[in-house]
Amino acid sequence: MAAEDSNIPPNPTPIVGAATDIAPLGHIGPKPPHERTAEEERRAIDWESLAVSERFRALLKAKRRFIVPAMIFFVAYYFALLVLVGYARPLMEKRVIGAVNVAYLFALSQFFMAWIIAALYIRAAARFDKMAADVFERR
Amino acid sequence: MTPALGMFLFFVLITLAITYWAARKSRGAAAFFTASRRITGWQNGVAVAGDYMSAASFLGIAGLIAFFGYDGFMFSVGWLVAYLTVLLVVAEPLRNAGKYTMADVLAYRLNPRPVRAMAALSTLTVSTFYMIAQMVGAGALVVLLLGSSHVTYQTAVIGVGVLMIIYVVFGGMLATTWVQIIKAILLMAGTILLSILVLAHFGWSFGNFFDAVTHVSYHEKGAVVTKNFLEPGLRYTAANHGALDLISLGMALVFGTAGLPHILVRFYTVPDAKTARISVVWAMVLIGSFYIMTTFLGFGAATIVGRDFIASHGGNNMSAPLLAQALAGDIFFAFIAAIAFATILAVVAGLTISASTSFAHDFYTNVIHRGVERAPGEEVRVARMTAFVVGAVAICIAIVLGKDANVAFLVALAFAVAASANLPVIVLSLFWKRFNTTGAVSGLATGLIASLVLIIISPSIMKVDPAGTVAAARHLIQRPPIFPLENPGILSIPLGFLGAILGTLSRREPQAEARFAELSVRANTGLGAEKAVTE
Repeated sequence: MAAEDSNIPPNPTPIVGAATDIAPLGHIGPKPPHERTAEEERRAIDWESLAVSERFRALLKAKRRFIVPAMIFFVAYYFALLVLVGYARPLMEKRVIGAVNVAYLFALSQFFMAWIIAALYIRAAARFDKMAADVFERR
Repeated sequence: MTPALGMFLFFVLITLAITYWAARKSRGAAAFFTASRRITGWQNGVAVAGDYMSAASFLGIAGLIAFFGYDGFMFSVGWLVAYLTVLLVVAEPLRNAGKYTMADVLAYRLNPRPVRAMAALSTLTVSTFYMIAQMVGAGALVVLLLGSSHVTYQTAVIGVGVLMIIYVVFGGMLATTWVQIIKAILLMAGTILLSILVLAHFGWSFGNFFDAVTHVSYHEKGAVVTKNFLEPGLRYTAANHGALDLISLGMALVFGTAGLPHILVRFYTVPDAKTARISVVWAMVLIGSFYIMTTFLGFGAATIVGRDFIASHGGNNMSAPLLAQALAGDIFFAFIAAIAFATILAVVAGLTISASTSFAHDFYTNVIHRGVERAPGEEVRVARMTAFVVGAVAICIAIVLGKDANVAFLVALAFAVAASANLPVIVLSLFWKRFNTTGAVSGLATGLIASLVLIIISPSIMKVDPAGTVAAARHLIQRPPIFPLENPGILSIPLGFLGAILGTLSRREPQAEARFAELSVRANTGLGAEKAVTE
């Protein structure tokens, strides 16, 4: 894998608003990125070797390790509410604080569950951003 | 001039000024379709929230809770939780790999013409059905809010339609976004004010408030009944397969939101995937707080105004405005009415621009002309014409249907199509290497047809009405329903996935598999993604 990694070109994304049209130093290829056609752009990058590079695979793995459990958890938590509301009325109608019952509190907790998962994801995603930048960093 | 009419006109003037500003500022395709991708995270978050908090959910949800208590609140929960799917699965890859529409992501490694044609068909179906529901609701509401002596249903529909065409045709995505942002801020302000007034009414005591909610009285079939509105079961009863219908609704919401074209196009208006992510979180904060407050609006209307009074003064959609009137008089009623009007206008404009973007970019440029623009600016010109046609058609259909038409099922249909047709192909295209053109086309077709057919044979369209129902409100097919649930999701979503998977397995497409590496790298890293346009 390491040998393939060394062939990876630098980030070819055009720099918008750059002070000069001249391609950044160290850029591989005959044309600066903003002059390439879509087809040339596509061929300028070796997508296959990027896709199998260790850093990219690590990024995918890290994302999967967060997103898959998070999806499973929130879908299960949400449908638990719907199933209980449908099939366990006596439990849901039990009062907890004054007039407020389990059904209302469980529904309310869904909002906080969604916000907490979103906050955790924002934190994790900052790490993914760094890993993504590493994928096409020259080293 | 009534206060409500004055506030309506004031909002119209402000939005027309925004449209004028946007029209002068926007040049070129990226400006028209994506506001030059320069919308910031919080702005886009507010706009996404605005696109989502339609009149159906502001007035509709308050009404559902006022009439059915806890069961109405179930919609609120699903509408927020659904955003986790958008955040975790769809928003960033879409921003990274696409240009203007969801079909861009599909066309990456699949045969573009059939896939784009099907995706455009599905987008137009979702958008026009959703829009017709909004337009019919809009016409009826404007009449109720302004009073039938000031405006007729036809005038109201034409007025809303013409304004939405102006916003989109002249102002493009920039104007549509800012109209949406202003409306969302107004809507939040109105909802917070109403919630505070409801709490004040109960002496700032949650205890008193919830106690009142446990015994709400109203007339049903001539007799007075008293119900605990905090308990489930007022709408989804065992007799109408309530538990299953609720689960089916939940599926359509959780998987459909991430496939709604007018929400997806919003992620192209920001500079990069990171901003798209931040905007989803902003939207979640706003949408969540809004839907928690709907309990105050709905329960407040049920306890303070009363279900009987609402029913005799325009029906459940009027719950929130009537609550405002009961709590703070005519001026506040006018303010809430103006917010409802702003909501309708902003949402129909958002739907129009997503429909016309898909037609111009996917169908006209990429299917008919194989991806070549024959003259500069042609794509935008076609999109503007489409917006005009879509608007005109929506006005005509809304007028023909009339204000009593039963159109609530069109919203359920839009979510069902989005969940059963759009979401499966987006997800499979991003995550399954073997996925191919046949799979995408058959998945989109199966999801679309299954949703349509199941809605047609459901109690939304097939039902025997009691004698004496108004002609326009009658169900189209006077027979007992074949499919018992109002929401087709529980069956149509698995069918959509099955269609996509079986279609894929029926054929191999080496080219689609070979280009998976590229799509995967692009979607996950943002390498080579479309950039914001500098001035």
